[in-house]
Amino acid sequence: MSDLLNALVLLANFLFIPALSYGSQLALGALGVTLVFGILRFANFAHGDLMAFGTMFTILLTWLLQSYGINFGFLPTALLALPFAIIITIIFSLLVDRYVFRFYRLKKSPPVTFAMVSIGVMFITNAIVRIIIGPKDRRFFDGEKFIIKVKEFKNLTGLNEGLAIKSTQVITISITIFLVAILFWFLQRTRTGKSMRAFSDNEDLALLSGINPDKVVIFTWLIVAALATTAGVLYGLDKSFKPFTYFSILLPIFAAAIVGGIGSPIGAVVGGYVIAFSEIMVTYAYKKFFIYLLPESLEPQGLVQLLSTDYKFAVSFSILVIVLLVRPSGIFKGKTL
Amino acid sequence: MRRRTKEIASFTIMALLLCAVGVGQSWSVSLAIINMCLISAIMAMGANIQWGYAGLVNFGVMGFTALGGLAAVLVSYSPVREAWSVGGINMIISLLILIAIIFAIRFVLRFLHKGLKRYVIIFAILFLGLIIINQFYKPAVIAIEDVSPAKTGFLGGFGLPIIFSWFVGGLLAAGVAFVIGKITLGLRADYLAIATLGISEIVIAVLKHEDWLTRGVKNVIGLKRPVPYEIDLQKSDWFISLITKFYNSRLELIESIEEKQNLINQLVIEGSSIFVKLCYMGLFTIVLLIVLYLSNAALNSPWGRMMRAIRDNEVSANAMGKNIVKRHLQVFILGSAVVGIAGAMMTTHDGLFTPGSYQPLRFTFLIWVMVIVGGSGNNLGSILGGFVVWFVWIEAAPFALFVIELATSGLDHENSVKIHLLNSASYFRYLIMGATLLLIMRYRPKGILPEKTRYV
Repeated sequence: MSDLLNALVLLANFLFIPALSYGSQLALGALGVTLVFGILRFANFAHGDLMAFGTMFTILLTWLLQSYGINFGFLPTALLALPFAIIITIIFSLLVDRYVFRFYRLKKSPPVTFAMVSIGVMFITNAIVRIIIGPKDRRFFDGEKFIIKVKEFKNLTGLNEGLAIKSTQVITISITIFLVAILFWFLQRTRTGKSMRAFSDNEDLALLSGINPDKVVIFTWLIVAALATTAGVLYGLDKSFKPFTYFSILLPIFAAAIVGGIGSPIGAVVGGYVIAFSEIMVTYAYKKFFIYLLPESLEPQGLVQLLSTDYKFAVSFSILVIVLLVRPSGIFKGKTL
Repeated sequence: MRRRTKEIASFTIMALLLCAVGVGQSWSVSLAIINMCLISAIMAMGANIQWGYAGLVNFGVMGFTALGGLAAVLVSYSPVREAWSVGGINMIISLLILIAIIFAIRFVLRFLHKGLKRYVIIFAILFLGLIIINQFYKPAVIAIEDVSPAKTGFLGGFGLPIIFSWFVGGLLAAGVAFVIGKITLGLRADYLAIATLGISEIVIAVLKHEDWLTRGVKNVIGLKRPVPYEIDLQKSDWFISLITKFYNSRLELIESIEEKQNLINQLVIEGSSIFVKLCYMGLFTIVLLIVLYLSNAALNSPWGRMMRAIRDNEVSANAMGKNIVKRHLQVFILGSAVVGIAGAMMTTHDGLFTPGSYQPLRFTFLIWVMVIVGGSGNNLGSILGGFVVWFVWIEAAPFALFVIELATSGLDHENSVKIHLLNSASYFRYLIMGATLLLIMRYRPKGILPEKTRYV
């Protein structure tokens, strides 16, 4: 019995909880990508750098607050700075939309042109982030690090395996639940949310029924910027902030959005968890897990690892490619190709 | 006629800029820029074959560049016999099993109808195959990587002259492009972009982590050169006499023999580095001209006309009986092969292969900026784009430094803002690139040298 419990705690500690928090970060990122795709109708390659942009301002404001001696008790100070950073990111996104994307929207350019333009925006955002804060790795987490420590858990339960729950993981998961709930309430219940969905479903019909396209676009960027900043900050709190990582995380985010069904918000959330769980499950070494479960004679020799952790990112792209081939519209029928 | 003048004018301005660098900084710097410009121009032509001719968005340029680099290593590095003897057979067995798995899956795909059964069988083949391969592959990897890991620890290559790798790089990239194209072509443009971006990351991940093949992040250094080494040149008599002849007038002015000898030594050292760069330049120019000739010929042939027809209207081209999937695959392979050649050339030029240095911003998106800025669909445009963008990319940092110095000249030397800006001067190149791309797309969407409009 205790072997089984040990095995389960082991999986929870190294697989389930990390995947849940990583998946939440991907889900928030993918929601942003999917909203831009569904409503503005293009693949936004600048999304990763938008996340970095928002996170950068959060870090700067965190430093400012810390220099005044303000902190958030056992929670990270960054959460106090987050709302202000979101406002800055929203202003930035709206400016970019006004001076870059709007021109092509009015011209009804094909999606590829938009993708190219978003690469220009990506270069510029990237440059701004690197010029202001530099390319270095930054940690900006403060406050209480663990909610449950390995030792405490072992003492409490008397098991061999310990369970550590980092506070960033709990913060990530609870903020994600909160934001996703609000977003869905907004999209389903409010007038603006409904008009956004109508616009995404059928632009011409939506325009015909008197929906103001400018308002829809502004609200989309509001939500996207807020989601991107939050996702970036949560990722940075959990791991660390490095501009280059935020560019590479764009691909798992795209994968999550497409796997879930691009254009579908619920799909983005599910896709985020699918990608995170498969990345971690495929690259986890199950040796210890089987040692607990199997009798000694059957104990595995190797690590019992399907792929080495070096290929973590590759797993998400492979899933992306497989989904594009087998079911291009994703798990939840998004926009069909 | 106006068109011709514009082409000549743009290339003349570009040449003058490069000369200005030669006079202002040094000819060695200028030649280094020119060599990378030539390579970039070939890459841009490869991307242009895909985007400009056929409208395919390939964001996997980086992957093909890296494959070209791999080819340079595999062709030129001398084989590590010890590694082959400890792990070679197992590696070959693993490769054969891999091929068997692929054929088994193809067989299943052909003879079983869509449905749960098919997926289950494919999954089972993959799962079993992976387990069997690991029996041979893992011990082989450990054995190979154990062979003097500080120096080799990989299988090495074939020990052939590195110039062959330019063909092999093209072939390797073409082969991989065939597989990728089979999988992804047929997706809508922006999905194709995402898929190729992802696949190129997979290629890089493999090159980075399969140490038995590429030494991974330990890098392969000291690749052979197709041109002479500076040190050999400095010792050879014909080169010294060439330099003395070249600088004859300057040398005659000097009276004392000792000073004269010192000056000759100094000039020989400078000259040797320039001579090597000129050799590279010659080789690269030859490749550039061949690729330019071939792709222009293709563009003006009935085949090129068909490609443009497909690009401009897939439906009607299909109605005319053109096989769009096949043509797309063909053009994808051709373009990727050109990129692969350029990738092999780049690794040859650098003399080292560093899988960790491949980043999409530099090797995929910068190439795309070249294509768009130069003028998509026009080969001369791509070449110009390659030159202009690479030139700006390199000269942006010194230029940014100059501007920052000027703008902050009123500030104190200790001023933290000034110091910070000066330290981050090199990132202004991203800003300039992004702004260039956005401005061109907005005000000159066809690029500096637009595609020829043929029928009005």
